[in-house]
Amino acid sequence: MTNSASSARFVNIGERTNITGSARFKKLILADDYDAAVEVARDQVDNGAQIIDVNMDEGLLDSEAAMTRFLLLVAAEPDISRVPVMIDSSKWSVIEAGLKCVSGKPIVNSISMKEGEAAFLDSARKCMAYGAAVVVMAFDESGQADTRERKVEICQRAYKLLTGIGFPPEDIIFDPNIFAVATGIDEHRRYGLDFIEACRAIKASCPHVHISGGLSNLSFSFRGNEPVRRAMHSVFLYHAIPAGLDMAIVNAGQLDIYDEIDPELRDACEDVVLDRAPTNGGDATENLIALAERFRGTDAVAEKAAAEWRGWPVTERLSHALVKGLDAYIVDDTEEARQAVADNGGRPIHVIEGPLMDGMNIVGDLFGSGKMFLPQVVKSARVMKKAVAHLLPYIEAEKDETSRGKGRVVMATVKGDVHDIGKNIVGVVLQCNGFEIVDLGVMVHAQTILDAAREHDADMIGLSGLITPSLDEMVTVASEMERGGFTMPLLIGGATTSKVHTALRVDPAYSGPVLHVNDASRAVGVATALVSDTGRDAYLATYVAEYEGLRVARARKGQSALVPIAEARANGGPIDPRLAPPPPRAPGVHHFDAWPIAELIEHIDWTPFFRSWELAGNYPAILQDPIVGASARSLFADARAMLTRIVEEDWLTAKGSVGLWACRRDGDDVVLDNGTRLAFLRQQVKKRDGVPNRCLADFILADRPDTIGGFAVGIHGAEPHLARFKADNDDYSDILLKALADRLAEAFAEVLHAHVRTTLWGYGSTERLSNQALIHEDYRGIRPAPGYPACPDHSLKPALIDLLGGEDATGITLTESFAMLPTSAVSGFYFGHPQAEYFGVARIGPDQVADYAVRRGVDIEQAEKWLRPNLD
Amino acid sequence: MTSREAFHAAAAERILIKDGPFGTELQRRDAYAGDFASDLGLSADQRGNGDMANLARPDIVGAVIDDYLAAGADLIATNTFNANRVSQSEYGAEHLVGEINRAAARIARERVDAATASDGRPRFVAGALGPTNKTLSLSPDVGDPGFRAIDFDTLKDVYREQAEALAEGGADFILVETVFDTLNAKAAIFGTLEAEQALGRELPLMLSMTLTDLSGRNLSGHTIEAFWYSVRHARPLTIGLNCSFGAEQLRSHVKQLSAIADTLVMAYPNAGLPNDLGEYDEEPQTTAGLVRDWAAGGLVNVLGGCCGSRPDHIAAMAKAVAGLAPRAVPAQPVVTRLAGLEPFTLVA
Repeated sequence: MTNSASSARFVNIGERTNITGSARFKKLILADDYDAAVEVARDQVDNGAQIIDVNMDEGLLDSEAAMTRFLLLVAAEPDISRVPVMIDSSKWSVIEAGLKCVSGKPIVNSISMKEGEAAFLDSARKCMAYGAAVVVMAFDESGQADTRERKVEICQRAYKLLTGIGFPPEDIIFDPNIFAVATGIDEHRRYGLDFIEACRAIKASCPHVHISGGLSNLSFSFRGNEPVRRAMHSVFLYHAIPAGLDMAIVNAGQLDIYDEIDPELRDACEDVVLDRAPTNGGDATENLIALAERFRGTDAVAEKAAAEWRGWPVTERLSHALVKGLDAYIVDDTEEARQAVADNGGRPIHVIEGPLMDGMNIVGDLFGSGKMFLPQVVKSARVMKKAVAHLLPYIEAEKDETSRGKGRVVMATVKGDVHDIGKNIVGVVLQCNGFEIVDLGVMVHAQTILDAAREHDADMIGLSGLITPSLDEMVTVASEMERGGFTMPLLIGGATTSKVHTALRVDPAYSGPVLHVNDASRAVGVATALVSDTGRDAYLATYVAEYEGLRVARARKGQSALVPIAEARANGGPIDPRLAPPPPRAPGVHHFDAWPIAELIEHIDWTPFFRSWELAGNYPAILQDPIVGASARSLFADARAMLTRIVEEDWLTAKGSVGLWACRRDGDDVVLDNGTRLAFLRQQVKKRDGVPNRCLADFILADRPDTIGGFAVGIHGAEPHLARFKADNDDYSDILLKALADRLAEAFAEVLHAHVRTTLWGYGSTERLSNQALIHEDYRGIRPAPGYPACPDHSLKPALIDLLGGEDATGITLTESFAMLPTSAVSGFYFGHPQAEYFGVARIGPDQVADYAVRRGVDIEQAEKWLRPNLD
Repeated sequence: MTSREAFHAAAAERILIKDGPFGTELQRRDAYAGDFASDLGLSADQRGNGDMANLARPDIVGAVIDDYLAAGADLIATNTFNANRVSQSEYGAEHLVGEINRAAARIARERVDAATASDGRPRFVAGALGPTNKTLSLSPDVGDPGFRAIDFDTLKDVYREQAEALAEGGADFILVETVFDTLNAKAAIFGTLEAEQALGRELPLMLSMTLTDLSGRNLSGHTIEAFWYSVRHARPLTIGLNCSFGAEQLRSHVKQLSAIADTLVMAYPNAGLPNDLGEYDEEPQTTAGLVRDWAAGGLVNVLGGCCGSRPDHIAAMAKAVAGLAPRAVPAQPVVTRLAGLEPFTLVA
């Protein structure tokens, strides 16, 4: 159901080109702006619509003329007219005008027995003569079918009549009328259930037919309350699809994922839709109406619960606010506590050292024992920061410099790198545990880090980085610390760092302690041990031993054998030239300045999102996980809420560029027709017989023209919001927004790739994939990114960005280490050959490095710097 | 037995042979010599109006048909590719459309019946409807994509007039051929259904698409599968492909259609691709060898020739496929088949 737009078993039919369902479309048509109206249809198809519904029923309009004009314009757009049309009108004359313009096989929506059998069969015969499937409304001479019996009876009668004139049963789609429930009128109680039961009976008695329905009616009595409407729609589909509902007219944005609906709301919706007696007694409709107010946005019920703890003593209130992550009253409560302390002759710092640290210790204990998870801890930290921010002016007024908490950590993302989600999370968690954090931000030069550590008399330094060149930069920082005579511990973290790299590369560069700490939950233990007077040495000894062990093991293990590059090339896997993709339909460079964020949201891969918060498990199962489920649900709800604001308040812009270029292969290079030469690396580890030594260039034909693509996407506009969160001491929202922007960038890359396959390049124009299939990359062609295993050299990015029109055109700038700005960005190459697959280049030999240096026109030293991670 | 039943009975036994084109054969016999225009009281020049030969030189049209029958054709298509009101208006001859079609069907009927009388083997006449030179799906004005040079109702009436006249002259079936615009074909189907109603007799349809590029789409952009879904409501006697390219290039497309069509498949390719001078020079044996391969693969029920084919080609084909089993019509699952330019199915 969540991905119904892509499934041929259940079809979501959008309402965006339906004048009765879309205010925007109506405005465009009435303003005679057909060009823009056609673009609405194009967007809908670009975003995966399988059928477009066109409706021009509007009193102010010559509907026949409007239907004709719009369909003829759409027919001139192959990108749109590739999908079937649903000609939607309550007037037969409008439908027939439409049938005369549609070259494929459309669906007529709808005809009925309202005017009697003769008119019904006359319309049906015409549908057969024009070649159209038809939606039949459960409507007869005496009116619209409301009860189960009437729905079934009318549909059975229509089925008999239609098949009697030879109408193909598989071309009949019944619409047994979805009516509003929870209206307060007793006769409406069974409307949902009657529809669902009617689906079953109709399917059982009328072989081969389909069932459709207009979903928005169902929740009519909750208009204005989108969360409840969405939940009702999803609950309804959840039950109606297994009963036989095949398609529904609904905006995809008006659906929730069943499993993600708040269980209380879901139960209440289910009671209403299925006309069940609520388990806690009462009336289903009244329950839902009561509950609905809570979900409208202002949280009446929660406020009631809130009122209770507001009556507690102030220290308990502070502790409660910290543990629950509630920041609404924190400033007031902190001020109350400060005054109470002052009245007793205490100092402002005592508020921190007393009730606030007590609360944070509870948080720390809960986190340490696995009863609280990172998202909640970060929320708690937000509360703490706000409290401390309130106290700071009073503390500074006292000019008290003696307090320094448990220890002071200088943290930075190294030069050339811009990624800081992980660093920020670790910083927040350390703060929660009484550490003072000096955060130097991103792209921090080694000298700046050292200067700050001296200036702040730090107890340790923490370095972070995401991209592979950052590994080298960390070694540089370590060497500089050695040169500067430092002795404080150096903590290493970030996605590409590893214990092995730390042991082999960073640790030998610095004689002080070097520790690899890759998750926030371990950071507290490590940092605490390092500032402990008694436990520090013993703790460090275990690290020293472990790293030495790793180095020894590495030295003994030897490395997998390499073959000479010439031999590796001779063992390149040939591809079948007959399967090469056709030339692109739209070659050249294309820019998309503002891909709708709302559509990217539907394609977010949530599993990595939860992973970035150290919540382990796959989405959506993680939401029901017995241990982290509650935490994941709460985080997910916050994420959805922020996404809603991102869309409604236009926070972010998704800007992307695509290029498709004629090219051919030359050895391990791909040479574009414009002369650009892209040098790729080849696996050099000795392979078993029959297993090729792969290189991306292998997927391009050498002896005739072929196509390579490139793309770069970025999510822009987060900075002012991040600045606002920072100013507000709101790390939680800061990290949340960054994590979401990252996910949106990934979703954009996926969506754009689909657009390229189906439309711009077009070799996959018939593919229909669910979101799950997209995430699993069940499609033809790959999009390897520079800096990742198949194409490990980040230094290909400048050429890629240049090909796409440069930094201005793509909106993407590169740091000296080739990290992309904005931070949430993805770039890569497209290979369309069906045999193209992902692989890892892994270790390469000096012969290939020398060859690569020549191909790239750089000296060997430069090439080695670029390829460092692949050299050992 | 109706014509439909008789055709099915014959097609169950063997691969049937359709004729080849008229144009070159008429030219070869000097059918265009003389002055059609004054003989028929027309003011416009009739040179190039091959359909007018049905009225001006019925003897030559009949002789061409005899040649194809002698070559082994079971199915003769009438010489009426352009005998419709839209095309004939260019020769100022639209008022003769009924007469031309009736004459063409009558000539074919006579020759076919004579051949059948001589050996008892059933033969059939298909009244041919060409695509006209107007298209319902495309705008001839690049500046106005919503413009059309003709509308559905007008074109539907044009086809209806022609189909009725062909039926009156004795055609068994209506062959809608060289479909480059799927919506034109839908208008032809609609017009033929109206003709059926008016005449009170069944007019089985034969539908034949033409591809404009090797990717397998026609001019209006439909894939073969989308085309089939768009016209399947006609319950055609045959569905197929003609013209387009030579048999070699057409093979994969015929194969694709053969797999999805739950009716008889008829294919009549060109005799190869034109050479540098625009002439077709593929030898009869070559064409026959290529289509024999289709037949052996079980891809076709009816084979014939289009541009560049001559009676020799038809004879070679007939000989090459004699004795080979016809394609078995595959049963198709009951699913809902919709189409834009591309197909869409919904499991029923």
